[in-house]
Amino acid sequence: MAAVNRPLSPHLQIYKPQLTSVLSITHRGTGVFLSLGALFLSCWLLSIANGPESYTAVQQHVLSWYGQTILYAWVFSLYYHLCNGIRHLCWDMGFGFEIKTTYISGYIVLAVSILFTIATWCLVRGGV
Amino acid sequence: MNLRTPLAKVRGLGSAKEGLHHWWALKLTAIALIPLTLWFIYSLVSMTTLDYLAAIGWLQSPMTSTLLILFVFTVFYHAQLGIQVIIEDYIENEALKITSIILLKFVMLFAGLAGIVAILKVFLGL
Repeated sequence: MAAVNRPLSPHLQIYKPQLTSVLSITHRGTGVFLSLGALFLSCWLLSIANGPESYTAVQQHVLSWYGQTILYAWVFSLYYHLCNGIRHLCWDMGFGFEIKTTYISGYIVLAVSILFTIATWCLVRGGV
Repeated sequence: MNLRTPLAKVRGLGSAKEGLHHWWALKLTAIALIPLTLWFIYSLVSMTTLDYLAAIGWLQSPMTSTLLILFVFTVFYHAQLGIQVIIEDYIENEALKITSIILLKFVMLFAGLAGIVAILKVFLGL
């Protein structure tokens, strides 16, 4: 059969990035990133169980500049995935499907996750 | 000639086979993770020091270990369900897809269980 150049459905790179699509893929991205965080959580817990030496060794990485950068990226991802997850649960119940509402809820999710990340950073800095 | 009724065809080909359980488990763990995640962040942030003895003391509280075991279990369960969907969506090669999903399940089960065993070891003072 000869190859026919039938029109294909528009693909991702054709579209201009929109808030809704960017937030959607970010939900997946943060999900994968947080799974790596879950693996690290297990390593951290194992280091506590293993004794002071391994805990101190892990903690040195956690408290370094790169450790703190990854840690706060995890904190932001956690708040984002949590807020956007609640947004998804609302959709599952049939609420918030109007275009205007999805944009409003999208901006709320972004604002809350940024604010909560900053608040967590302030609390940790203030506490320690 | 096909003697199957249209209703039988629909019943045999619908999407709602085992997929429904996957969706339901993803949503149930998501709901459980709302309070568990907030507790986890609160619990870590309210620790004044992060030295070894503080970490041990943290895990030796029965409430902390209980909630932390629940948190680790639910996180890993939710994570492997979510990544499975991503693998199914983006990997076209059937053999690679199945291999990745099997590997994912094994790694996540191992890591989740290791985390829980670590919590129990410290909690029981072994």
